[in-house]
Amino acid sequence: MHLVDNVLLNIVLMTLIKFAGFVLAFVMGVATVLTWAERKYSAVLQNRIGPNRANVGNVRAGGLLHMLADPIKMLTKEDFAPNTPNPILFRLAPLLAFVPALLVFAVVPFGPGDNFQVSNTSLGILFIFAIGSLNVYGSVIGAWASNNKWSLMGGLRISAQMISYEVAIGLSLCGIFMIYGSLDLQDIARRQGELLLGFIPAWGIVLQPVAFVLYLACAIAENKRAPFDVAEAESELTAGYWTEYSAMGFAMFALAEFVEVVLIGTVGTTLFLGGWTIPGLHGDAWWIVVLEIGAFIFKTLFLVWLQMTIRWTLPRFRYDQIMRLGWRILLPVALLNLLVTGIVLTFIERA
Amino acid sequence: MAKVVNRMHPDFATQSYVVEAFKGVALVTRQFARNLFAKKDIVTVQYPEDRRPYTPRFRGKHRLMLRDDKSVRCVACMLCATACPANCITIVAKEIDDPTIEKAPASFDIDLLKCIYCGFCEEACPCDAIRLDSGVHAIPSFTRRDQKAGVINLLSLGGVSIASQGGEHRAHSHEGTAHGRSSGH
Repeated sequence: MHLVDNVLLNIVLMTLIKFAGFVLAFVMGVATVLTWAERKYSAVLQNRIGPNRANVGNVRAGGLLHMLADPIKMLTKEDFAPNTPNPILFRLAPLLAFVPALLVFAVVPFGPGDNFQVSNTSLGILFIFAIGSLNVYGSVIGAWASNNKWSLMGGLRISAQMISYEVAIGLSLCGIFMIYGSLDLQDIARRQGELLLGFIPAWGIVLQPVAFVLYLACAIAENKRAPFDVAEAESELTAGYWTEYSAMGFAMFALAEFVEVVLIGTVGTTLFLGGWTIPGLHGDAWWIVVLEIGAFIFKTLFLVWLQMTIRWTLPRFRYDQIMRLGWRILLPVALLNLLVTGIVLTFIERA
Repeated sequence: MAKVVNRMHPDFATQSYVVEAFKGVALVTRQFARNLFAKKDIVTVQYPEDRRPYTPRFRGKHRLMLRDDKSVRCVACMLCATACPANCITIVAKEIDDPTIEKAPASFDIDLLKCIYCGFCEEACPCDAIRLDSGVHAIPSFTRRDQKAGVINLLSLGGVSIASQGGEHRAHSHEGTAHGRSSGH
């Protein structure tokens, strides 16, 4: 009895520690820095200076203190609720957007072995799709419960956009599953540590370059960031689905967006950039493990940077353009990619 | 006349948008690096500390000029109040002891919220008493009453004017300005 208790306790404790270390410290840390980095980065590349006014004892630290000032402001300002027939749904929506975004990190491996994955399930990427697609409910319910026409239009756009791109993103990743023969992200990452022809890393981006571009486009659309941010579309819909949200409700929507940026980075790293593996470096020594975790973080940050730059480079697509891109371009290209992958794999197996 | 519009006919690679998108990313990154290491492209003015200069034509707040003996040049003739298209000048006149000068203002109020800064008062004034050349931007306040600039307030921007007045006054003192801007003639 004691033994069972101890084993259970150990599992729970280890899970909690891994969750705290990876999700709360790394993911939320990056998301928090992103709230500052996005503003500062966009400012500098647009020939501006950006946030630099948060000032504690004459220390400004290039606006870094805005990361502290924002939560204080968000927590203390009035949490306004519109006159809505659905006040419970209105309060529930930010949670529905925020919690799934954090949950999906449970299956992302950030280092070699079970010690560096919160929960090792063979479901892997399916879990990410299943939980990640719950996100749309948060935004749509929030838009509906806001009792506001702008919000409703934003909500309609999100539901159409996210469901359309869900199809394309699923199909774009199928090629990866066919090549590595697994849905388990840890397996996929480990297989990418191998070398092709002795010197090319067997990364997803090398074997499935088309899928990488499709994944990036679909994932950014899923996250409804520019150039796919018609749901927010501040020039048309005030602020779209989160028009009526203030204080922490708004902060949770905004933070969910940044967490998803990190999510797209980590999943993209795991599937396409070799996960935590470093080409040509294998072993169980502690310094190799540390290097591998560092490689994972570096690759993730690279993808986060890429998303941020794309966001500030491309202008917003029109709504009908987004729908056409999703159904008439990305989906056929994903199917074609799947077909070609299948043919090539069959030939390799026969040979 | 009909104008020929040169439409772009981008090739397939351009239209596929993928290459162009990454070219855009490269461009943005280049500009970011440029601004990170050299500030010369940055256009932001750090407002309260740095201010952009006003154009020389900018009039700014009114000021009332002084005689050599530091008394107000205004003789409460009401020409400025009459000329004012916004009716923002309120003058209450009083008699003074000087036999050569009939009146002086007991109070001289300008409602800065009504004033349109047209400069008609300056042109109407026969005594060079009111000027709109201080270059001081209208200062915001918490109450409307604070926007009523009284005679004291206007004088604080004042300076001594050498323009002759009433034929009696000696015109040898130099002209002074309170805020470093040369007062135009």
